[in-house]
Amino acid sequence: MTPVLEVKNLSTHFMTRRGVLRAVDDVSFTVGPREIVGLVGESGSGKSITGFSILGLVDPPGRVVGGQILFNGEDLLTKSPTAMRAIRGKRIAMIFQDPMMTLNPVLSVATQMIETVQAHDRVSRAEARARSRDALGLVGIPSPEERLDSYPHQFSGGMRQRVAIAIALLHRPDLIIADEPTTALDVTIQSQILFEIKRLAAEFGMALIWISHDLGVVAALADRIMVMYAGRIVEAGQVDGVLTAPRHPYTSGLLSAVPAAVPRGEPLRPIPGFAPSPLSRPSGCAFRDRCARATDVCATEPMLEIAAGREFRCFHPHLWSAA
Amino acid sequence: MTTPLVEAVDVSRRFSRKLDYAEKIANLFGAGLEEKTVHAVDEVNLAVYPGEVVGLVGESGCGKSTLGRVMAGIMPASGGEVRWKGRPLTSLQGDDKRAMRLSAQMIFQDPMSTLNPRKRVLDLIGEAPKVHGIVKGREMRDYVAALVTRVGLDPSYLDRYPHQFSGGQRQRIGIARALAVKPKLLVCDESVAALDVSIQAQILNLFMDLRQEFGLTYLFISHDLGVVKHICDRVVVMYLGRVVESATPDELFGNPKHPYTQALIRELPSVTDRRRVFTPIKGEIPSPLHPPAGCHFHPRCPKAFDRCRVERPVLKENAAGHVSACHLNDLAAHQAATNATAEPAI
Repeated sequence: MTPVLEVKNLSTHFMTRRGVLRAVDDVSFTVGPREIVGLVGESGSGKSITGFSILGLVDPPGRVVGGQILFNGEDLLTKSPTAMRAIRGKRIAMIFQDPMMTLNPVLSVATQMIETVQAHDRVSRAEARARSRDALGLVGIPSPEERLDSYPHQFSGGMRQRVAIAIALLHRPDLIIADEPTTALDVTIQSQILFEIKRLAAEFGMALIWISHDLGVVAALADRIMVMYAGRIVEAGQVDGVLTAPRHPYTSGLLSAVPAAVPRGEPLRPIPGFAPSPLSRPSGCAFRDRCARATDVCATEPMLEIAAGREFRCFHPHLWSAA
Repeated sequence: MTTPLVEAVDVSRRFSRKLDYAEKIANLFGAGLEEKTVHAVDEVNLAVYPGEVVGLVGESGCGKSTLGRVMAGIMPASGGEVRWKGRPLTSLQGDDKRAMRLSAQMIFQDPMSTLNPRKRVLDLIGEAPKVHGIVKGREMRDYVAALVTRVGLDPSYLDRYPHQFSGGQRQRIGIARALAVKPKLLVCDESVAALDVSIQAQILNLFMDLRQEFGLTYLFISHDLGVVKHICDRVVVMYLGRVVESATPDELFGNPKHPYTQALIRELPSVTDRRRVFTPIKGEIPSPLHPPAGCHFHPRCPKAFDRCRVERPVLKENAAGHVSACHLNDLAAHQAATNATAEPAI
């Protein structure tokens, strides 16, 4: 099956006054049709910039400096701005963390949704309104016809995020990139949104890239998981495998740092130190300063190893018996 | 029974917005506009004993931060009273009042908005102890250096400004500042919520070490049940201004009584327990401007019955140290009683 998205050796750098900031560094991955992929990492790991790069939303001083982004076989990096505009919102949609930043506060939801429909399809205003109403209904907004004429501030945080999801769904895209969409929401509301997203992705056969720092959310939602550290994907594979038998010491470090990993009241096991500044990353494996397994060889670049559907970049991976 | 370090007795906190001139004029013409009042905290009782770590959990708008501020003495209660070592806060005067203020310190979620960006770390941490005569001016540097070392920062950073630090380091500065006045009680309001998981673990470990070393008492406010479960001796769950359940973590997570607590625990995404079917509880969190009558949770509660819509449930003890506010308790007790009479002991 041809993948929906194939990212090859993507590098996105920011040319700052203090030097070149390598936000995304030689990242490759694929997303299959109907697949839900979780992209996890800590702040500054480059996960959001990866999402922005795919949609061509990286602003100067940032620039995609290398690689290919093949969407249904076509390289998005060679597309003209006009051609990209026809894809963005139509075939690839994005959902952001804070819907208050993406929704225009002075326009009604109807105006914004109708605009989105008519940006890509030549339909009448009445038909665009009908499609908007149906989309609101799909994401579980009660009495969508009346709510269409409300303004963003009249919705609660969870409902605003549903509106943002409805807008993303308007054109039934092949791929949705969701950047921490439930991070700001309460647990019970987050659970509702995850439930709806999972149902809608299956119903419309959409592929989904779910960017999050929360391993628990990704564990509940995704088929596959990719772990980013300092601009690189350090481990990727099926969610079950990666979370139960991580190969990369960073993945296992993340998993043992959560409170649930140790008995109640005992000291937690954080990863020592903190992530290196993206301006001055150590050569070789960027994690080696914090890694208990590091040796001299880690000063050289670890190659991507692929074993039994799992990819990782490490000279000293954890070994798990087949049992 | 020891005296609680700090105790809230029937504490309420209301926020209301005064009518503006246009609305007052409209009222002259008979518009009948009334002040809008939010009951952020509604008749809450909570005692925190010396040395205890009490977790306060709930979703946004449940009043947990407001209760924390009222109990830390930085916001007055609109009803009921807060007692510090058994004495009402409002009765404290002069030195007693100052001592209480120093003894209760808060650590907030976002250290960047609580650290003055134009002050050096040295002054941020050292100003309060100097003003209060805890250290002399010329000893301040050594005092602050010892504190920042204790919270895991390099003392060579004393002359830097807050923006030169990462989020985790700033939170450590906030902790050092709170410790500088030798407090008894730390009220931590979402203090680790904005941190990455590995940094969060470092800060939580620091909190627990400091507890041992300085004999601290904590009121730990968080929306993260995993964190609260791990570090607290007692967990209090709030919903729309009221306490709905309180118990030890083992009891609360093992045997939750209130349907809201049950839902919170069930919805918690977990790495170990994956691929579950989401069974979200329906509906939004109601606006605290117009809370539902009776039990505030009844519109979302799968087990609600008629009584829940009219009568406010009171906190009742289910087991030793485990209280919950739910009419189902009575139902369960009633059923147990009828079962006992219907089936005499064999």
